[in-house]
Amino acid sequence: MKHVIDPLDLSVEETEALLDLAGDMAENPAKYASVCAGKRLATLFYEPSTRTRLSFEAAMMNMGGTVIGFSSADNSSAAKGESVADTIRVISCYADICAMRHPKEGAPARAARYSRIPVINAGDGGHQHPTQTLTDLMTIRRRKGGFQGLTIGLCGDLKFGRTVHSLIRSLARYGGVRFVLISPEELRVPEYVIEEELKAKNLPYREVEDLESVIADLDILYMTRVQKERFFNEADYIRLKDSYILTGAKLRKAKPDMAVLHPLPRVNEIALEVDDDPRAAYFEQVQNGVYVRMALMMTLLGVKAC
Amino acid sequence: MLNIDSLQKGVVIDHIEAGMGMRIYDLLGLDDLDCCVALIKNARSTKFGKKDIIKIEGDIEINFEVLGFIDPNITVDVIDDGRIVEKKKLVLPETITNVVKCKNPRCITSIEEGVDHIFRLCDREKRRYRCVYCEQEYKARP
Repeated sequence: MKHVIDPLDLSVEETEALLDLAGDMAENPAKYASVCAGKRLATLFYEPSTRTRLSFEAAMMNMGGTVIGFSSADNSSAAKGESVADTIRVISCYADICAMRHPKEGAPARAARYSRIPVINAGDGGHQHPTQTLTDLMTIRRRKGGFQGLTIGLCGDLKFGRTVHSLIRSLARYGGVRFVLISPEELRVPEYVIEEELKAKNLPYREVEDLESVIADLDILYMTRVQKERFFNEADYIRLKDSYILTGAKLRKAKPDMAVLHPLPRVNEIALEVDDDPRAAYFEQVQNGVYVRMALMMTLLGVKAC
Repeated sequence: MLNIDSLQKGVVIDHIEAGMGMRIYDLLGLDDLDCCVALIKNARSTKFGKKDIIKIEGDIEINFEVLGFIDPNITVDVIDDGRIVEKKKLVLPETITNVVKCKNPRCITSIEEGVDHIFRLCDREKRRYRCVYCEQEYKARP
């Protein structure tokens, strides 16, 4: 039974195959319209995340499957004190595959130990979010044709932003990329990520505090939101939330083919004027997210297109 | 002076930091053994001043791996015919279960009932472990 808890649960070869499949789904959606007929997805969302949940549900419905689930812990038996281990054993009787979001880190990994169906981590607190990483990889690959030689800027909350850590780890496996880590001192990439991923693999990186001074060097600019729910107190959040905002003026200094990515939702870190710029790739990312989730579920379920 | 007979056959776990003997007794599950077990607390030690010692009599199968995590200074001698026939080399185990607790308040282990606290070795040289759930780091003592 294959589960995807961490983006690195998929080898580079598996990731490439999955991105190829997702790319084909984008080109030929009709070919996959009923590959999951008779299959059921359970979306177990212990905390709200409308977009990720709907993306999973849309992905399954695009393939002719059905969906059950809950969208907050209040609506689930977790409110009665049921453990994750028990919940997944029950859900295994109802569905063929499950996507789990949980505020506690490691909850999907816990579920995977007891599950009889594939478990996909749809975000566990500030930890991992593998389908977002696959979405990011697909968007970069479609925009740039690959990863080699790219200078990738990651901007904003690099400490609590799980998408950032997952993306660094995944790109580090490909090698041949350079990272520019743009954040305030308080929100830098954790030391263990730098040591284990960048230093250990001899990948060039630099840490800077100013977006404008480095934007001209970037092929990819990955913006992140400073997330209120990751802070222990409101004062720190208010002090740092507006630190890094991408505006049209800043974008004028960037390469004409740079791509701007964002896991969304944005608050104000990308000015609305940027949306119409061809370099804005974040809504394209949302669409790619549906394709990678389709490809991932199809792969984990072991179904084939006719 | 308290005297405990030397073993003819069994295992001596020596150089345990004073006060840690009972914890090691529990971790190794010695309570479940039928054979004769002696836990000596605060024995005189030229090296440490005080130490704990555990002597287990008989031919027993115990997994001593966890001792490498608890304290690499501990020695494990296998005794036969009153002589040391083997000095077990303690190495860091690949995983440790319910030896230390994950201290990350955001980890699923902080709320889930009946969950084992499992850490996996991620860097043998630096003696670093990570929680299998949230990847919180734990450094084994040098």
